[in-house]
Amino acid sequence: MFDQLQTLIWIIIKITVIVLPLLILVAYVTYAERKVIGYIQVRVGPNRVGLKGLLQPFADLIKLVFKEIVVPSRSNPYLFIIAPILSLVPALIAWAVVPFSDGLVLSNINAGVLFLFAVSSLSVYGVLVAGWASNSKYAMFGALRSAAQTVSYEIAMGFSLVGVLMAAGSMNLSQIVAAQSGGIWQWYFLPLLPLFVVFWISGIAETNRAPFDLVEGESEIVAGFHVEYSGVGFALFFLAEYASMVLISVLLSLFFLGGWLSPFEGIPGIEKLFAWIPGFAWLFIKTAFFLFVYIWIRATFPRYRYDQLMRLGWKVLIPVTLVWIAVLGILIKCHCPPWFAI
Amino acid sequence: MKKITEYFRYYLKTFFLWELFQGLKVTLRYFFKRKITVQFPEEMTPISPRFRGLLALRRYPNGEERCIACKLCEAVCPALAITIEAEPREDGSRRTTRYDIDMFKCINCGFCEESCPVDSIVVAPIQHYHMENRGENIMTKEKLLAIGDLMEERLYADREADAPYR
Repeated sequence: MFDQLQTLIWIIIKITVIVLPLLILVAYVTYAERKVIGYIQVRVGPNRVGLKGLLQPFADLIKLVFKEIVVPSRSNPYLFIIAPILSLVPALIAWAVVPFSDGLVLSNINAGVLFLFAVSSLSVYGVLVAGWASNSKYAMFGALRSAAQTVSYEIAMGFSLVGVLMAAGSMNLSQIVAAQSGGIWQWYFLPLLPLFVVFWISGIAETNRAPFDLVEGESEIVAGFHVEYSGVGFALFFLAEYASMVLISVLLSLFFLGGWLSPFEGIPGIEKLFAWIPGFAWLFIKTAFFLFVYIWIRATFPRYRYDQLMRLGWKVLIPVTLVWIAVLGILIKCHCPPWFAI
Repeated sequence: MKKITEYFRYYLKTFFLWELFQGLKVTLRYFFKRKITVQFPEEMTPISPRFRGLLALRRYPNGEERCIACKLCEAVCPALAITIEAEPREDGSRRTTRYDIDMFKCINCGFCEESCPVDSIVVAPIQHYHMENRGENIMTKEKLLAIGDLMEERLYADREADAPYR
């Protein structure tokens, strides 16, 4: 009995240690987004709440929490309330297998990539259920778009992961990162450059971010699947979107930019100079870079038309990944020097 | 033959996302540009001396009100916002007993100022004003004169600055 209690408490502590900083990070990603987009539009962004507007996310959160939750008439109230939870939970669960540093991982399972892929695909159900339960045509359209888009881009994403698996020879995330050790030229973004780009693009599409945000498509379908949501429900969707953004950024750095590995590894002199920086700091820097590019891309590109989106997914990204998997197979078989030499 | 090379170049360009990088370059340049935001309550954009805001009635330097109740402003006002009643004062000069401007009707066109032969009614550079109670939209003679007294230096300076262009 006592043992079980102890285990339970340990589990809760572990969850808190991972989820709490993550949620704070997510809150500040929303702040960063408003700031960066403001800067790109020659504005200064939020700067009233707290020093330089640093308390803005909390002000937003408090506002949303105290708002009334409106459940539309003739909607399905149970599904309506479950949908935001359904979309947030997968974005948080996925963090169980993410290694933050060498050995610093909650559950070091051997099928980590598979687990991540499965869980990140689950988040589409939140959107679908929200669209269905809202009893609104705009929400329905948003949900339908989301379903088709996610299914299409998941294939390209899966294929680019196949490339990573081939190169690393493992599904364990820690081992994938460990296989990239030995210097910046050993990281997989070089031999897997097309797959890296494809994973990046389909990651943006998976999280329904601009320029693939047809699911929300303000100018066409108001706000897409979350038109009918207010207060906490809306906040959860918001949180889920940004949490999955952070997740995709972390995955990009784990799979292609060597995760917690220092970029100065293997360079004599400089390597020692930066040896004191802990692994998770490098991971954080890489993730922050990808998050910045996420926002940068959003501030730059207009939204895709739906047929263009489908064309890109099926007729460009998937063939590119297939071709590069074949090329990669040849490279591995020939033990191509810098990366695959034994 | 030319067609094939063009196709090739097109595909090469789209494949390496050339145009997208061009776009990103533009936005990144703007990211580092100096920001042009005006922090409103603390800062304000500069106001032209011709700015037409709230109205005011001016006085001569000796304290005598300028208005001689000629009613030209009342006649020229396109929105019929001005109401004037006049009577001879004890010293025999013609003065207004009532000079009301309905700020709900006023369209800030500034015709009244242009028509005024003694530069009495002027548009003051006051852009932020509000009414809290019913009836406050009627600017009475007292209120207009008070604004004029308060702003006299500024009003004089603005008219001085604009005089060469009148």
